[in-house]
Amino acid sequence: MTGATEELVVQRLRKRYGDHTAVKDVSFTLPPGSSLGIVGESGSGKTTTVRMLVGLERPDGGTIRIGGRDRSAPARGRAERLARAREIQMVFQDPYLSLDPRVTVGQCVEEVLRLHFPMETTARRERVAELLDQVGLGEREAAALPGKLSGGQRQRVAIARALAAEPRVLVLDEAVAALDVSIQAQVLELLGTIRREVGIGFLFVTHDLAVVRHITDEVMVLREGQVVEAGPTAGILDAPHHPYTRLLLSSVPRRGWNPGDAAAARRSLG
Amino acid sequence: MTTTVSPAPPSSGALRRRRGLGGLRVLGQGPLFTAGVVVLAVLVLIAVLAPVLAPYDPDVLDLSASLTGTSGDHLLGTDQSGRDILSRLIHGARTGLLGPLLVVGVSTLLGTLIGMVAAWRGGWADALLSRSMDLAFAIPGLLLAILLVAVLGSGMAAPVIAMAVAYTPYVGRLVRGIARQEKARAYIESYRVQGWSGWTICLRHLLPNIAPTVFAQSAMNFGYVLMDLAALSFLGFGVQPPTADWGAMINEGQSAIQQGAMLPALAPSACIVLAVVAFGIVGEGLADRIAKRER
Repeated sequence: MTGATEELVVQRLRKRYGDHTAVKDVSFTLPPGSSLGIVGESGSGKTTTVRMLVGLERPDGGTIRIGGRDRSAPARGRAERLARAREIQMVFQDPYLSLDPRVTVGQCVEEVLRLHFPMETTARRERVAELLDQVGLGEREAAALPGKLSGGQRQRVAIARALAAEPRVLVLDEAVAALDVSIQAQVLELLGTIRREVGIGFLFVTHDLAVVRHITDEVMVLREGQVVEAGPTAGILDAPHHPYTRLLLSSVPRRGWNPGDAAAARRSLG
Repeated sequence: MTTTVSPAPPSSGALRRRRGLGGLRVLGQGPLFTAGVVVLAVLVLIAVLAPVLAPYDPDVLDLSASLTGTSGDHLLGTDQSGRDILSRLIHGARTGLLGPLLVVGVSTLLGTLIGMVAAWRGGWADALLSRSMDLAFAIPGLLLAILLVAVLGSGMAAPVIAMAVAYTPYVGRLVRGIARQEKARAYIESYRVQGWSGWTICLRHLLPNIAPTVFAQSAMNFGYVLMDLAALSFLGFGVQPPTADWGAMINEGQSAIQQGAMLPALAPSACIVLAVVAFGIVGEGLADRIAKRER
């Protein structure tokens, strides 16, 4: 369960907002370079969970360790803050909101390099070009402000920016949900390539089961802040045990799909 | 006393075209806005070039030429002491603009600092700063000014300090509101995830993105402060005679009204109205522009 073979170890994570418990008891591990899908409806606690992992929310209980280093409490000092940032990065849902409107694409990636890696200006410029090239963006996009780019291009910028810190784990919080379906496929393809090339671990938060099947090795189903089912993606999607997982699956429109059945199953689950 | 600029609700693509102080561009804002900007520009020019523009020394008395009315020599006539009203108006623009400039400068600086710290730190720091600002709201600015005059003596210092104290919570509350909203946006959160310190994020990224809204509010405040300071000098608490000041000129001109001379009081009143309205129009125009771009 724990030890050097696991990249990310999360144990008994808890988070409350007033009277509402957003995350009750979440434990999971992520082996190096593997891809875990976190699925569930809105309000199931999946986004809160990953926000705690990247340090945007403070857990009320439980531990988070990446590469053996605990990150459950706020970072003390600059060195620790930077070290933690190099462990895990995040790509946000809406690429229209996640890029600073006043900073060009090239600068946005370069800033991260300047913060994390001391290097010559020319070397840094080259690295920026390399990172942008990796996500399929060229010099023209590098000089542009985010406002001049399409949603798909912006999400590529966000991915390049996250990769710039060379994290061990990349969190993708509904990272393709805001994009057109055809663009979704391109970005997913790109992510698959990056994972093979960089060997980075993916944590894929989504409500879209087709995306999960495409890009994850394992999947974890969250409901009301608790894990209801977890295991290899193919196994769970083909033969779900928990009624809630079956409900999620039956809610996906397909040939011969009856919305009434899904709605009835939802009601019976309470 | 003050209207706050209501920030537009966050929406997808809201940040697409927000950049720096681009709101200063005059074109495409409508004739009213342009007129406001022109009036303000002329006012500033007059204030700067007062010694060159004024036909007479504003403080020279000529009791033989008391209340002469308009003439070729004195375009707006003279006051009871025979001083040239036009020259006094021109020099009055200096004190009229300098006071609000100091007040708005200090209150914007302090208010932005307080509001940003409250929004960024949250928790007890936010509670402490917000309650302190609520407390400061409860003290009327004019009353505080009169109290300070009693302590510091009359002159410009006491009203300026009092007004700066009175306006700081307005700016602070506005900045806290928009900074909180901005802090929750994904682009600021992504800076946090990247490992930047709070100070760097606030100064380099958050501040430039909220600056246009704060600037628009400051333009409106400028007009209100101008009026408040004029009221104080009208009451005799501000700039002291013989220094030319619009508020003080209205006070001095009151008695002339009974003698049938309207200009000594009317001319400075018109200047105050013109300046306050111009600042209001420009401030509202800038705020509208920002709101439009946020959509």
